[in-house]
Amino acid sequence: MARRTFSIGGIHPDDAKLSRNAAIEAIPLPSAVYISLAQHIGAPAKAVVAPGDKVKAGQVIAEPGGFVSAFIHSSVSGTVKSVGVCKDLSGKAAPCVEITVEGDEWVEGVDLTPDLVTDIPADGKAILEKIRLGGVVGLGGATFPTHVKLSPPPGKTCEMLIINGCECEPYLTSDERTMLEKGEQVVVGTALLSHVLGDPHAVIAVEDNKPEAIAHLRGIVERLRPLGGPYAGIEVRSLMKKYPEGGEKQLIDAVMGRQVKSGQLPIDAGAVVQNICTALAVYEAVQKNKPLVENSVTVTGKGAARQANLLVRVGTPLRHVIDCAGGLPDSIAKVVSGGPMMGKAVVNLDAPTLKGTGGLLLLTEAETRRGAEGSCIRCGKCADACPMGLEPFLLNRLARADRNDELEAASVQDCIQCGCCLYTCPANIPLLDIIAVAKARVLGIIKARAAAK
Amino acid sequence: MIASVNTLVWTVVIITGIGLLLALALFLVARRFRVEEDPRIDDVEHVMPGANCGGCGFAGCRAFAQAAVAAENLDSVYCPVGGNDVMKQVAAILGHEVVEKAPMVAVVRCNGSCTARPKTSVYDGLKSCRVKSNLYAGDTGCAYGCLGCGDCVAACRFGALSLDPETGLPVVDENKCTACGACVKTCPKGLIELRPKGPRGMRQFVSCRNRDKGPSVKKACASACIGCGICQKTCRHGAVTVTDNLAYIDPALCKLCRECEAMCPTGAIHGVNFPKPLDKEAVKARIQERQRKEREAAAAAAAAAADNEKKEA
Repeated sequence: MARRTFSIGGIHPDDAKLSRNAAIEAIPLPSAVYISLAQHIGAPAKAVVAPGDKVKAGQVIAEPGGFVSAFIHSSVSGTVKSVGVCKDLSGKAAPCVEITVEGDEWVEGVDLTPDLVTDIPADGKAILEKIRLGGVVGLGGATFPTHVKLSPPPGKTCEMLIINGCECEPYLTSDERTMLEKGEQVVVGTALLSHVLGDPHAVIAVEDNKPEAIAHLRGIVERLRPLGGPYAGIEVRSLMKKYPEGGEKQLIDAVMGRQVKSGQLPIDAGAVVQNICTALAVYEAVQKNKPLVENSVTVTGKGAARQANLLVRVGTPLRHVIDCAGGLPDSIAKVVSGGPMMGKAVVNLDAPTLKGTGGLLLLTEAETRRGAEGSCIRCGKCADACPMGLEPFLLNRLARADRNDELEAASVQDCIQCGCCLYTCPANIPLLDIIAVAKARVLGIIKARAAAK
Repeated sequence: MIASVNTLVWTVVIITGIGLLLALALFLVARRFRVEEDPRIDDVEHVMPGANCGGCGFAGCRAFAQAAVAAENLDSVYCPVGGNDVMKQVAAILGHEVVEKAPMVAVVRCNGSCTARPKTSVYDGLKSCRVKSNLYAGDTGCAYGCLGCGDCVAACRFGALSLDPETGLPVVDENKCTACGACVKTCPKGLIELRPKGPRGMRQFVSCRNRDKGPSVKKACASACIGCGICQKTCRHGAVTVTDNLAYIDPALCKLCRECEAMCPTGAIHGVNFPKPLDKEAVKARIQERQRKEREAAAAAAAAAADNEKKEA
């Protein structure tokens, strides 16, 4: 079968997977963790602990603050020091629980053994409830609560489950290492997710720059296929490497050949997309009773002290994570949380990791420098690169003139902020920065209009 | 020769005829499609400043004039740029009463100059407060303060705002500011407020919006409001309130006594256009003396009350 990819736009940056051969290593616990209560899309969770409370790792410390929200568990054992606010990586205040670490004791019922549990519970509802109680959120970046995504609205059915192992962001390798080291768990997690959705065909999609991961997963899938049930419908598919293949809508296009229309959700195209690490988290929550309290974080960069993939407890200060990867060399001018394309610059290294933190990219000054901005010559490179079929050069002009009606007509709200336009622009126009502001404004207008109705 | 005179006459006659015919057509069309418009709209528009800034809440001066003519009274329409002078003229045209409003001025409530609020990161993105604010909290330790990219300066149509190169903060030229509110809407941090200009321009305000707790505010900025509440305790007019670790002076209640300004430990309270510079120490001493007397009086009253109780017992 021909290798496939999404049909419009996309770019081919150097994938720079420097840390791909570094095995995932658990890091020593920090002296204190700061667990944010707003680390998922939707309403922040409500704290159910008070200062002075003793907590164990895996214990619920905050309950969902709404339907689209998630449980939050303590990632360590120790004493709650404060329930208040702390500054996140962009310097903004976020609700947070501070816990002083004492030992490493887990709540009862959590199975910490490495034994693989392949039996799938027959009742899909029970699996869904365990996913909810495990505080699992989408780990591909958006941190959307997984149980909500797995509950399609009435009348809509999932025809295909896509497990996203593309990791199309350059530099990041935590997904790749997870596939290589926890492949069995990922496949069982896939089967669990598939069973919740009524056993649709499940495709684990991996970009072809990770041939070892593809071969490894294919072997596991073949080994587990005889178990039947959801295991029989799992397939590993190799996709052509192209950024942003891991975008939900792009991936559905690449795997199913279907387009998700503007304003619609993947389920409208019959698809549910989940990340590789989410599948692992689902496996741990359902089969091992272990809630989502740790994730793998890549620490990398051409100027980094060493390339590392670390298993980090949620709420660990970023400084501690970087120190565990050899510290911050003097040549590093900028730390980015996430990949170089969609990551966010870190201004506060004391900020904690979140459930969705996938990598820390250390950049030298030469790598971070922006080129001088020139004039738009209408070369159209940005429009060619846009995977959503938008016209960034036009949006740029409309956004600068505050022409919100025309921005909406030009579908600025469909922008996925992948950064392809900015990457290709020969005039170094900060297209993404400008369009992101306009998108937020237009989304606000659309929301206000819907609320007024 | 005769033929050419005839040609001339016929030309004049025909062209005149065509002219008359078209004039008749225009006359009939104008009558048929006549739009009745209140002539006062034009009169009102004529006295407007013509800035079309939208500060009144309408699309421009013409839209304001239409709204003013349609309105029953002038309570809901006000041109901040023209002020009371223009509103008096509008009232005269429309035969309404005009409620005079105190002239307003834009006030920038951030005190975090480059020296008071050191930079903690380097921002090399687009010079736009909106873009910067979308990316992160700002390049200083204060997540509430001025971002210094000058979106307000660009928004001002009257040239009343400029960035002070020394402090990095916007400065309002009171003579040019028309209180149209364009800068208020533009600032992503909500730092600019329209406040009454005050008698002879004198006014008192808290030049800070930081709602964090004292210790972390102090770390970020040397001249921020730390929410200590001394101003609230000092004020005898109930004009100062502290909510969410931030003081606010209600211009309607403020008597411009400058006591809060003298007592503020960080200098976050500003008084402008006062004829004399504030002698902080003298005012402080006066307030402390007054407070000591009040305490003594209260103690004496309490002692007297206790005595009375004893006697009654």
